[in-house]
Amino acid sequence: MTVVRLSDDALACACGADAVAATFEAAGCTVERVSSWGMHWLEPLAEIEGAGFGPLGPQDVAAVLDGSSDKGIGVIAQHPFIVRQQRLTFARAGKTRPLSLEDYAQSGGWVGLERARAMSPEAVVSEVTQSGLRGRGGAGFPAGIKWQTVLEAKGARKYIVCNADEGDSGTFADRMLMEGDPFALIEGMAIAAHAVGAQQGYIYVRSEYPHAITKLNSALDLVAHKIAPFQIDVRVGAGAYVCGEETSLLNSLEGKRGEVRAKPPLPALTGLFGCPTVVNNVLTLAAVPHIMGEGGAALYDRLGVARSKGTMPIQLAGNIRHGGLFETAFGITLSDLIYEIGGGTASGRPVKAVQVGGPLGAYIHPDQFDLPFDYEAYAAADALIGHGGVVVFDDTVDMRGLARFAMEFCAVESCGKCTPCRIGAVRGTELIDRIGAGGRALDPLEQTAQMHNMPKAGRSRADEIALLEDLCETMKFGSLCALGGFTPYPVMSALKHWPKDFGA
Amino acid sequence: MNRADRLDEIVARHAGRGGPLLPILHDVQAELGCVDGDAEALIADALNLSRAEVHGVVSFYHDFTVRPDPRPQVQLCRAEACKARGVDGLVEAAQSAAGDRVQLKDVYCLGLCSAGPAARIGDDLHARLDQEGLVRLIESA
Repeated sequence: MTVVRLSDDALACACGADAVAATFEAAGCTVERVSSWGMHWLEPLAEIEGAGFGPLGPQDVAAVLDGSSDKGIGVIAQHPFIVRQQRLTFARAGKTRPLSLEDYAQSGGWVGLERARAMSPEAVVSEVTQSGLRGRGGAGFPAGIKWQTVLEAKGARKYIVCNADEGDSGTFADRMLMEGDPFALIEGMAIAAHAVGAQQGYIYVRSEYPHAITKLNSALDLVAHKIAPFQIDVRVGAGAYVCGEETSLLNSLEGKRGEVRAKPPLPALTGLFGCPTVVNNVLTLAAVPHIMGEGGAALYDRLGVARSKGTMPIQLAGNIRHGGLFETAFGITLSDLIYEIGGGTASGRPVKAVQVGGPLGAYIHPDQFDLPFDYEAYAAADALIGHGGVVVFDDTVDMRGLARFAMEFCAVESCGKCTPCRIGAVRGTELIDRIGAGGRALDPLEQTAQMHNMPKAGRSRADEIALLEDLCETMKFGSLCALGGFTPYPVMSALKHWPKDFGA
Repeated sequence: MNRADRLDEIVARHAGRGGPLLPILHDVQAELGCVDGDAEALIADALNLSRAEVHGVVSFYHDFTVRPDPRPQVQLCRAEACKARGVDGLVEAAQSAAGDRVQLKDVYCLGLCSAGPAARIGDDLHARLDQEGLVRLIESA
């Protein structure tokens, strides 16, 4: 009997994988639902004895089975998109059934946890520090140092919190990992718990990811005994983008408004319910089982460039021909990512801009495409890697519109705690509208005799642009968290690189 | 079971959990269709919070509504990656297909960013939507 492997990832399902699976089953095949290879333009992608066929609809199934299909892509594992990657965190992608304990154990699962549990907590923390692993959520803080702080903190209760509130547009690696390899995340959290002495873990997943929530809950039911006495509870967010910020997430977990807390105190010392807490992103925690395997930390440290060590699961999204998940060592350039790997735009038009790092990331001009993927190199170019999302736009895009959207998004999603973000974002939206209108005339109040210090000609476009720059400066340095603090990145980069779109 | 009993039952379900308010509000929203003032008062009483504290939480999050809306809901992603793939050009047709019969709600990212425009109905996701596909989806919602 023919065995057909098809992904049950949310993206494959959204592209019709369930109907394709049902058609294969009706034709007498055995269908195994596995994780996604991450080649999203080929989903639904069927694998039969290693060979791939995609993208398939139910109408293509008969041709695949009788050998006449023109949708074959050859051996999947040898596809150039896969061969060029170095998959550590996503080593199982496409290969295992997400909820099969057998598949997980056969592919090296639990080795890291068993090895870690045979070591002292200090030794585990020291290996994670040596690996050079940095937080994959966006801030890039060294994971080992955070764990060390929690390990040394005094407290009867400690927590491991997994930040799975992946709200950035253009990112889906957390979702793919939770849906495709949930045990790896659970194992990573159990290792963290052993390393810092935590009893309870929480995975805070956004409500927009129903498939991930179901998978995690099923996975936890299967392995509760394996991670005991450590316990993990899945918590569902409620549609607030700002809850991806760690202190806001902690407030939300406690059942409060998702308002940002001022730091210090650091969550590592005074975190969830006032206890020492490790807050790490999904990808950070899921990288840990590999690092804790024999020789894993040393391999991780050898990969990458400068202070950006190991691999980064990069997500190619937006208007790109070959979108999907591309995990590789740090240092790759944007032009390689977009043209060689991504195949350029899906629309076939020239690339105008690329946003790296989600809604708070800078828009990068094609002139800067030789920038290496590295935390420090991006920071030096007034940009950020964030969670590794790369969103490509073609030449039909209006950059002023995108800058306005960044401000508008910040205004809608601001938690309201600090003024630069809450009010600045609203004023920023208005300013960008006025720039579009070419400035503005004096209003009746400004024309009164008492207002004789007002410029007589009203405000020009240049005046409004100067004011916008000033506002961005205030937001960048005056906001409590990255929402208000980083919204200036997309706005200022759009203004700097595409002045024509602002009427210059 | 009347409404107050159902609320009691939901609150009891989460008793003893750390930070039970959000899980309770999710269940109330899912089972009763909204979190109104009466529900807030009852939950506040059960958790030993003030009504204002509970209302503050309910009004903070996009997922909770004060009034029930029995219409089918279609969520359309309007974030950057879907914009790059042309979602803004579909909105007008989507709105006229939705009319008053369907709630058309903007969401910011469904995690299908390499295959947008994307939409969600309940737990069903749909990607690679063109105008025709989106209109058909809304009409069948």
